[in-house]
Amino acid sequence: MAERVSLNRREFFSFLTVGWVAFTAAAAGLLSMAFRYSYPNVDFEPEMDFMAGRPASYEEGVDERWKNSYGVWIVKSEDKMYALSVICTHLGCVPNWRAAERKFKCPCHGSGFYSTGVNFEGPAPRPLERFAINLTPTGEILVDKTKVYRQELGQWGNPGAYISV
Amino acid sequence: MADKGLAQKVRDTQIWKSIFRHGPPDNARNRAAVVAGNVFLHLHPIKLKKSGVQLGYTWCMGGLTFFVFLALTVTGVLLMFYYRPTAEYAFNDIVALREHVPLGIMREIHRWGAHAMVITVWLHMFRVFMTGSYKPPREFNWGVGVVLLVLTMLLSFTGYLLPWDQLAIWAIAVGANMAKATPFLGHGGPGAALAQLGDFVMVSDKNDVRYQLLGGRFVGEPALLRFYILHCVFIPLVVGTLIAVHFWRVRKDGGISAPL
Repeated sequence: MAERVSLNRREFFSFLTVGWVAFTAAAAGLLSMAFRYSYPNVDFEPEMDFMAGRPASYEEGVDERWKNSYGVWIVKSEDKMYALSVICTHLGCVPNWRAAERKFKCPCHGSGFYSTGVNFEGPAPRPLERFAINLTPTGEILVDKTKVYRQELGQWGNPGAYISV
Repeated sequence: MADKGLAQKVRDTQIWKSIFRHGPPDNARNRAAVVAGNVFLHLHPIKLKKSGVQLGYTWCMGGLTFFVFLALTVTGVLLMFYYRPTAEYAFNDIVALREHVPLGIMREIHRWGAHAMVITVWLHMFRVFMTGSYKPPREFNWGVGVVLLVLTMLLSFTGYLLPWDQLAIWAIAVGANMAKATPFLGHGGPGAALAQLGDFVMVSDKNDVRYQLLGGRFVGEPALLRFYILHCVFIPLVVGTLIAVHFWRVRKDGGISAPL
């Protein structure tokens, strides 16, 4: 009977420890795989930068042609053009441009913004953000949504926040 | 030998005896066997105090919550036969559930039930709090209950998107922005700006918790699918498991609380 015991008590527990460490490592590995799995390598969302045509193709005022595809309003004033984010600074809905009232109005909670993006009514705490806008050497507008300019930080006068026309 | 009644003849058949493994519950031993020998009842104590079923004390709110949960499971499974979680079909299938399907009220039962479950969960917690039933030895089960409360609200939140109408999309857009404001894990939250190495942004809208929740930077088709899976499979599985733990701990922690 005694010769069948090939493992003494101490060895048994060290095997047990190795087993549990291996199991914990495998479980942690599986969990981290599941975590990484939830971030796809490819998504089918719009690019963060895009060519927006020539300045001459825009009339003065708010242009909505890129609203649905890229989430950007191009606004042209007398001497400047800038790219406004369509994301409301209150809770992230998308306001509508009401041409007759000359304001952006958010349908979710009623925030209102001038065509400059500055908030003037409703719960929005700060103006709409502007994206980087530049002219390429060929004379086309390039909007880069990875760079953001915020009025309350005094960034709307920075180079890249607008183009002169 | 006296002629046996019909009821006794039925009880003597092999079919009856193979289903019910005990005699009629007319004595203490058999009544205990009824509970202990049944997979659905065996989570419960074999005996309980008369005061444990006092409606004025317990309101039966935990029981009502479980009942509503079962009703939501049944109606939810029925809804799944007609609902396709894609941007093309989701809204039309919701309309079809009302217009093209007999008993078009099924979706309304599911929706009202969802509201009712949130209410009964809160009332159950209120009762447990006011009667001091969260105190030792029941403090662990209070913790399980708090997790179940959060999961109940997550079920409501994920189900909110599935009708895929304007209300649903913008409500989830607003709700998902709470994930964006998570400290360190959301790109709009406190601490996210600290996690920046020169020009390299470590927490961006492409890799924060909101992206994980929505499967994208905004509420689109991947978000609909994720919420559908969470709502119909993932959260119900977790909730079902925790409900079993919750009931079992009620019994093991001294039974349902009663007036002292």
